[in-house]
Amino acid sequence: MATMTPGVLASFTQVDAATDAIRALKAQGRTDLTVYTPAPNHEIEEVLDHPVSPVRLFTLVGGLTGCAAGFAMTFWMSDNWPLLVGGKPIATVPPYVVLGFELMILLGALSTVAGVIIMSVVNARKRVPFSEKFTDDQIGVFVPCRAEEAADIENLFKRAGSVEVTHAA
Amino acid sequence: MAHAYVPAQTHAEVTRDVVATLGAPSRGYVMMLAGAVGLFLVGLFTFVMLLKDGLGLAGYSPPVMWSVYITTFVFWVGIGHAGTLISAILFLFRSQWRTAVYRATEAMTVFAVMTAGLFPIIHIGRQWVFYWLLPYPNQRYLWPNFKSPLLWDVFAISTYLTVSTTFLVVGLVPDIAAVRDQVSGWRKKLYGACSLGWTGSDNQWRHYTRGYLYLAALATPLVLSVHSVVSWDFAMSIIPGWHGTIFAPYFVAGAIYSGIGMVFTLLIPLRKILRVEHMIVDYHFDNLAKLTLFVGSILFYAYAMEYFVAWYSGSTYEQVTFWRRAFGPMWWAGWSMIICNAFVSQLLWFRKIRTNLTALFVISIFINIGMWFERYVIIVSSLSNDYEPWAWGQLNPTWADWGILAGSFGWFGMYFLLFARTFPIIAIQEIKETIPFPRKRGGH
Repeated sequence: MATMTPGVLASFTQVDAATDAIRALKAQGRTDLTVYTPAPNHEIEEVLDHPVSPVRLFTLVGGLTGCAAGFAMTFWMSDNWPLLVGGKPIATVPPYVVLGFELMILLGALSTVAGVIIMSVVNARKRVPFSEKFTDDQIGVFVPCRAEEAADIENLFKRAGSVEVTHAA
Repeated sequence: MAHAYVPAQTHAEVTRDVVATLGAPSRGYVMMLAGAVGLFLVGLFTFVMLLKDGLGLAGYSPPVMWSVYITTFVFWVGIGHAGTLISAILFLFRSQWRTAVYRATEAMTVFAVMTAGLFPIIHIGRQWVFYWLLPYPNQRYLWPNFKSPLLWDVFAISTYLTVSTTFLVVGLVPDIAAVRDQVSGWRKKLYGACSLGWTGSDNQWRHYTRGYLYLAALATPLVLSVHSVVSWDFAMSIIPGWHGTIFAPYFVAGAIYSGIGMVFTLLIPLRKILRVEHMIVDYHFDNLAKLTLFVGSILFYAYAMEYFVAWYSGSTYEQVTFWRRAFGPMWWAGWSMIICNAFVSQLLWFRKIRTNLTALFVISIFINIGMWFERYVIIVSSLSNDYEPWAWGQLNPTWADWGILAGSFGWFGMYFLLFARTFPIIAIQEIKETIPFPRKRGGH
C-alpha cells in the first residue's frame, strides 16, 4: 500500500471554524492545503482564492473545433458527391448552420468533460489522506508537514474548532 | 420563506435518506418494474414480427406513410425536454427548488431520448441498414443530403442523447462517491469504481463546478434547438398544416409541456415508492405546476394562432386542413388535443389544484394523452388530406402500431425504474449545497 503524504488532517463540522483554520494556515505561508467538502461552498472557495479553472479553454476550443468541423464536413461532402437539384447551389450555408451548431455543442460538451477529468488528474495531490465523513457532513483540511511541525498545526486546528485531528506519516 | 426547497434536513440526513432509496425494493416498485418489463416484451414481440413480415403489418397505407411511429418518436423526444429545462436552464437561473427533482427529470430525459431514437429505426423498415443515415466512408462515394431536415434530425437527436447523458453522468459522480462512503461489501466496490476516485477536494470542485456550468450553458441552446429541428421535419415541407413559421417555438413549448406532464406521472408515485415524500414536497409540485401553466398557456396561444394563421392566410388548403381537424373525421383527436393541452392546463391557476397530488397526477395523464394526440393530429390529419382530394385517405392503425407504442412505455419505464434503484434519484450534493453548514459563531 502506498504511503500517505506526511501531514495533519483535521475534520470540521462548522464552516467558519474551517475557514478560520485555513486563514491561519495561509497566514503562516502554507498554501498546499487540500480541503474536502461534501458540496461546493462559497466561503471555502473565497478563503482558498483559487484562480478560475482553465476548463473554459477546453470548452472554447472544443466548441470552435466542432463548429468548424460541422461546416467543413458538410461543404466537403456536398462537393464530393454533388446533388444537383433545380439549379440550386450544391453547398450553401443556411442548412449547414444546423450541423455546425450541433457539432459545436457536441464537441464543446465532450471537451468540457475531458477538461474536467484532465485538470482534476493533472492538479491532483497524490496520496493525500481522506475520510468518508467528507462526502457526508464534515469539512476536511489536510496540511502536508514535517513530523516536528505537526504538534503546532494540531494546536492551530483545535483552536479553530476542529472536531478531530489525525496525523499521517 | 427560509429554505422552502430544503425541508428541514441536515447534510447527514440527506445522505442517509437518499442512500436508503437504494436499499431493498418495495412491493410497489417490483410491481411497477414487472409491468414495465411486461410492456417491453409486448413491444419486443411486435418488433420481431415487424422484422419478419415488414412494415405492412403496421397501418402504413398511402397517403399516410408517417403515422403512429413518427407520432411516438416526436412524443418521446418532447418528453426529454422538461428534464433539460429543469436541470440546465433552471440551473443557470439559480432556481434552487429544482435540486430535489432535477436528477429524476434528467434521467427521464436520457431514457426518453433513448426511446425516441428507436422509432426512426423502426420506421425505416429495413432496420439493419439504419447506419445509412450517418455520413461514413463507403465504396460508392456517397454522402447524405445535408440539406434534408431528416439528416439535421439525426445529428440533433444523437447530440442531444450524448450531451444529456454526459450531463447526467457528470452530475452523478459526487453523489455516487457519497453513496460509496456509506455502503459496504461489493456495493462499495461497485460505487467506488463508478465514482472515478471522487473525494470532494477543493481541486476537484474547482474544475467540476466550472465544467458543470459550461455543460448547462451548452445544453440550454441545445434543448431549444432539438425540438426546433424536429419541427422542421414538418415545417420545411409544403404539406398544409405543416408549413408554418410558428412550428419551432410551438414544438418547443409543447415539448416542455409534455415533459413536465411526464415528470408528474413519474414523480408522484416514485416519491411514495422510494419513501422520499419528505424531500419532494408540495412546494416542488407547486412550482412544477406553475411551469406547466406557463408553457400550457403558450401552447394555448400557439393552437389559437395555428387556426388564425390558417384562416388569415387565405390558402384554401390550409383552411380545409384546419376545418377538418376540428370537424372532419379526426375531430375526436383534434378536440382531445385542444381539451387536454390548452384547457386542462388552465386548471393550474388554482393553488388548491397545484398542491393536490391526486389532481396533478390526473392532469398529468391528460397531458400525456393530449400531447401524444397533438403529434398524431399534426402528422396524420395533414397527410390524410393533402392538396389532391382524390388522393385523400385515412389511417387505420393496427395492433403492430399499438404494440410498439406500448413497448416504448415499457422500455422507458424499465430503464427509469432500474436507474432509480441503482443510482441516487435525488441529487445529494446539490441539495447539500442549499443547506448551510452549522457555524461556531451562530446563524447561517
